[in-house]
Amino acid sequence: MYEFFTTTNLGIILLITGQVLLIVVPLLVALAFILWADRKVWAAVQLRKGPNVVGAFGLLQSFADFIKYILKEIVVPAGADKFVFFLAPMTSLVLALVAWAVIPFNDGWVLADINVAILFIFAVSSLEVYGVIMGGWASNSKYPFLGALRSAAQMISYEVSIGLIIIGVILSTGSMNLTAIVHAQDGAGLLSWYWIPHFPMVFLFIISAHAETNRPPFDLPEAESELVAGYQVEYSSTPFLLYMIGEYIAITLMTAMISILFFGGWLSPIEALPDSIFWLFLKMAVFWFVFMMTKSIVPRYRYDQLMRIGWKVFLPLSLAWVVLVAFFAQFELFGGAYARWTLGG
Amino acid sequence: MAFDYVRAAKYFVLWDFVVGFKMGLKYFFKPKFTVNYPYEKGRLSPRFRGEHALRRYPNGEERCIACKLCEAICPAQAITIDAEPREDGSRRTTRYDIDMTKCIYCGLCQEACPVDAIVEGPNFEYATETREELFYDKQKLLDNGERWEAEIARNIELDAPYR
Repeated sequence: MYEFFTTTNLGIILLITGQVLLIVVPLLVALAFILWADRKVWAAVQLRKGPNVVGAFGLLQSFADFIKYILKEIVVPAGADKFVFFLAPMTSLVLALVAWAVIPFNDGWVLADINVAILFIFAVSSLEVYGVIMGGWASNSKYPFLGALRSAAQMISYEVSIGLIIIGVILSTGSMNLTAIVHAQDGAGLLSWYWIPHFPMVFLFIISAHAETNRPPFDLPEAESELVAGYQVEYSSTPFLLYMIGEYIAITLMTAMISILFFGGWLSPIEALPDSIFWLFLKMAVFWFVFMMTKSIVPRYRYDQLMRIGWKVFLPLSLAWVVLVAFFAQFELFGGAYARWTLGG
Repeated sequence: MAFDYVRAAKYFVLWDFVVGFKMGLKYFFKPKFTVNYPYEKGRLSPRFRGEHALRRYPNGEERCIACKLCEAICPAQAITIDAEPREDGSRRTTRYDIDMTKCIYCGLCQEACPVDAIVEGPNFEYATETREELFYDKQKLLDNGERWEAEIARNIELDAPYR
């Protein structure tokens, strides 16, 4: 049996399919409850109760919404490029899911343990712009197109600073493998994680993650209350659902990235407690809560402010930080805190 | 001008965001104002102007005497009345229609009525699936009167001192 799954082609394919399902299915189920929690937190801060009718505490609300989306009519605008119109939301969802292949959930629990994991995630999240651009263009309508342009400019701007922040972490670790990055943070529990040596970049990364995933306060591509949902204007029913799921999966991925890069992934914060996948989920949940609260309390940025922060604040800061970290790492200052590879990490 | 280090430091550690987060958390745990509408309803004033009803006297005689004051005062011209003498010689309506899609719920018909026949009751949950169902005739209005008489009588009594 073991031989079948490790040597024959069919066995390997089956094994990988199984592993993929093991990641995707729990992810999508969890997503339903994340959507629910998002609405609940948002409502609670506004002194509302949020969804509370479908199921206990409204827990099944997302499933009801899911059925609603599926059963609605798909409206294709006249003059739309049908192929691209439907390709765009699928691209969005598939790319958001693909990035999960390299996320290590626990020591060794990773679908593709590749040495360029960070580059892979970075490349895939850059490609997500195409889902947006294609959707806006294929709708053959003015407002979606303008929304798509706005969105593309925003996502590209913040990818620059995200990339530079990640370079700092890579410099410290000496590896682009996410498992190696987590191992490099092993040691004195909470205190040896990268959030201390890379302290200011944690904020920058979280904020850039908001902008990168079109999350409030940087949700200018959609801005449903004033800009009629940008590139999604012409989308309804299942294609819209795909966009929405893709977006939320991308945010979940970003919370996982924050946890892994700066908060030690599956490592336990206290040395006495065992490391487990539970810690990763806990950290992701905490960052999701931050994302939800941010949506509730921060007003939307103006577009020029968004661009100013991206290019005039984040880019110089993260660039300076890369130079600084390179300097620290090269000369092994601060007891080698910035040169973890020397510690055998 | 001296450099404001405190302000710069606050800006750098996103102090405004931290304060906002604390404020958000405060409201997060506060009791909520939501009224679970279909299961619990808000309080209505005795003056609430909802669905119309035609009332009867306690002996079963309909109050409306077909004076057509309501028809005359209705700013939306939603009311249509036809009248003829009944066998006992009293003047009664043969037709009393209200087009609920025209009605603006101003309550002037109720103000105008000398015998408190046409009133706007406390019911506001009468959405229909077709437009035709909202063209109320006399029978429908009388039925409403029977259905809501207790509430309507109470509201009129409560509001009487202010009229």
